[in-house]
Amino acid sequence: MSLDFNDETFRGDFTFKNSAKAIKRFPFPFPEDSYMYSVNMEPHVPGPVGSVFEHMFDVDEHYVSEMRDRAQVLADDPLRCQSLPHMELAGWDLLELIMESKARDYPHWFSLTKDGNQWHWVNRPLQIEQKFTFLDASTLPYGPMEYITRQTQGDFTLQDQRDDDLWIEAGMVTTQADWSLDFDIGMSFKQWHAPVPLAHQMGIFDRALKFLLKLQHGAPVRRFNWTMTVDPLLDTSPENYPKWGPGKTTMTPQTIGHRQHLRVELQTLHRLPRSNAIAFPIRCYLIRFEELVTVPKWARRLHRVVRDIPDELATYKGFLRNKPLMLEYLAPFDDGQPTSPGFAPE
Amino acid sequence: MIKTVFEPAIPSRPTYGVLTPGVGSAHLFVADGEGADAVCDLFAQGEGLKASSHIIYIPGANGCDRSAALQALGVPQFHRSPSFAAAQSRLAKVLADAHMGLQVYAAGTEGLMAQVAAAAQHAGLPYEAVQMEHRGSLARRVQCVHCKGVTENVTLDPFVCSHCGLSLFVRDHFSRRLAAFQGVNIDAEDPGLVPASVERFK
Repeated sequence: MSLDFNDETFRGDFTFKNSAKAIKRFPFPFPEDSYMYSVNMEPHVPGPVGSVFEHMFDVDEHYVSEMRDRAQVLADDPLRCQSLPHMELAGWDLLELIMESKARDYPHWFSLTKDGNQWHWVNRPLQIEQKFTFLDASTLPYGPMEYITRQTQGDFTLQDQRDDDLWIEAGMVTTQADWSLDFDIGMSFKQWHAPVPLAHQMGIFDRALKFLLKLQHGAPVRRFNWTMTVDPLLDTSPENYPKWGPGKTTMTPQTIGHRQHLRVELQTLHRLPRSNAIAFPIRCYLIRFEELVTVPKWARRLHRVVRDIPDELATYKGFLRNKPLMLEYLAPFDDGQPTSPGFAPE
Repeated sequence: MIKTVFEPAIPSRPTYGVLTPGVGSAHLFVADGEGADAVCDLFAQGEGLKASSHIIYIPGANGCDRSAALQALGVPQFHRSPSFAAAQSRLAKVLADAHMGLQVYAAGTEGLMAQVAAAAQHAGLPYEAVQMEHRGSLARRVQCVHCKGVTENVTLDPFVCSHCGLSLFVRDHFSRRLAAFQGVNIDAEDPGLVPASVERFK
């Protein structure tokens, strides 16, 4: 593995960690000292150099190890990647979007050469070289969505649009916050969000759906979501809940700083040009509490967010039982000082 | 028995109406248990459909068997099947052979209706094309999210997965594609701490 990428694990001995550089660019998701649902969508335009927003698809130090973890999840359970038959074209749209973005944004790692529909893709970090015919699935070792998302960090779902609704009909889901693609595939927008508490009554999904139905090609948007994860597990799937659930019960005041992670999803939404489907990458970033508290503003603010969150939300996000332990750990970092608005460290 | 009144539920769970005579060239009814009563009520509204109706009936898991009442309707095709699984190939054939204008009706338990709708969708009909009326048992068809096995006629919550043996709690989250509710291991975080089962779905 090259110097650009960590050699680390998200299971077993859990050697995942963030470098000082990765902590500094971590996408802290709270712009203020409290949290409630909101649609909070903004244009996905290039952000500051070095930030996770700099490029369309952020490739960071965890890339190679995350892709190794994904391959293992898929070997254990191939149902984590599914595409209903009519979604193949959307898969090609996604492949094109990712290949063009990565070749443009990271030319030292990726290259894409086209001669009509004869494409030549090179992925140097994963040591992949592939010549194939665009729109001919028989020329790739997997379907187009699976092929490219085995090489791209984050989960992906593809939504077909019809009858004034969005239908989740394809996906690669191995780094999820406890939801099952196998169960949800084929559902409408409100159906797959059905288990989320409070937000339906608040009109969140009505507004979000209305907004997304009008999403334009070339004008992607983004938002954050977040939850908590004990140990740096990418695969917190309901399928494997009996395997990772017990870990939530064995944290102590001595181990929480090392084992408790804030899990942030950078969600982006892209209208696809041929299929008119919407691609929904859900990129997961993990940071352990002891890494996060090295930034004083984030430590203060996270303490206030966890302290004031309604129990119903803490239950849904799966951390109610460890909330007292988290507050005990975070409280000493909260000196009561005001925090500046926005995500930035200070 | 009158139409079931459901508590408000999360948006993935289907809602059901009352069967009304459709306008079409042929009429296919699939019912289980007390669902037979919804079919009989519809026929009581008039004789119009009788000459072009096909009824597939599965006695309920609760022992309810209204075969005689359905047979007495005198439709050209009546089939009594011991289970939905046993009726599936017949249903698929009827749907595949259907002409424009076929009306599809499902009545009885949620699991039965969802499986009929899934079969109809598989044959190219839209989900909305199947009329549904709930009658009788609230027993649920539940997919274990862990082993993917489906357990039929679940009345207890939590219950033991009939495939992998894990204790599962039953969510209201419902997949129309799988025609099933979702079951999730209840003691994943505290193995062995399983609360007593209650009969939630009679």
